[in-house]
Amino acid sequence: MATPTIESPRSGRVSPGYSRSSASRGNFEMIAWLFMRLSGALLVVLIFVHLYVNLVTGDGISAIDFGFVAGKWADPLWQIWDLTMLWLAMLHGTNGIRVIINDYAEKNSTRMWLKGVLYTSTVVIVVLGTLVIFTFDPCPVIDGVAHVADYCSAT
Amino acid sequence: MSKTLVPAGTLYRGREGQWSWVAHRITGVVIFFFLLVHVLDTSLVRVSPEAYDAVIASYKNPIMGLGELGLVAAIVFHAFNGIRVILVDFWKKGPRYHRQMLWSVVGLWAVVMIAFSIRHLMHVFGG
Repeated sequence: MATPTIESPRSGRVSPGYSRSSASRGNFEMIAWLFMRLSGALLVVLIFVHLYVNLVTGDGISAIDFGFVAGKWADPLWQIWDLTMLWLAMLHGTNGIRVIINDYAEKNSTRMWLKGVLYTSTVVIVVLGTLVIFTFDPCPVIDGVAHVADYCSAT
Repeated sequence: MSKTLVPAGTLYRGREGQWSWVAHRITGVVIFFFLLVHVLDTSLVRVSPEAYDAVIASYKNPIMGLGELGLVAAIVFHAFNGIRVILVDFWKKGPRYHRQMLWSVVGLWAVVMIAFSIRHLMHVFGG
């Protein structure tokens, strides 16, 4: 009587029936786990500087207005800063909520709907935010009326 | 009624490990919903300077000022505890010192929040 051979778990020759992950999922969950740690570490720096510059220095929140935003986005560094922050924070947050939905929503249909709403919101917010950063006009003309500010050249 | 029929409750292991996990989830959700609102309010710069200034003015009233303290408190905890989670996962001695690291997180959080609260309340209340 032949003794059945049991391959070692990491030999790559484990019978598909014993595999814990289905092939279709691939290693998405591992990539997501790693992304949370990498983006998280970057976001600590990005958001702490964001909060320090906007809320701590100068007059803090009482100095924030349209001119403050115009002043920041006149510098490409802050455009890239805010763009990176937007994308990383939205993806980090979306994945976090995705994990929470998977944990607590027990019905398949509930999970599907909640994640549908989540992904739709994410796409809308990321696209909107990206467009706002790149199409920002510090001296807009609205209904024929030009915005008056000392940094806008009179034409 | 026999004791065995009493539900065990939803406590997993309790203590620092589980409570920091709970706090990390709650602060994460709070920050995410603020982020959605924050992108929308900033987007008003594309509507008109007046529309943006009007909405930002609402962030400057004292009640919103206190709300901002809560938001920053959530962000600072989530950030420091997130670094702790990274250390637990990647540092060889992380799992052994996870409790000590949580108390360091709480201590650092308190120091940052005391400093930030003084500064922010001065700005909000015009000190």
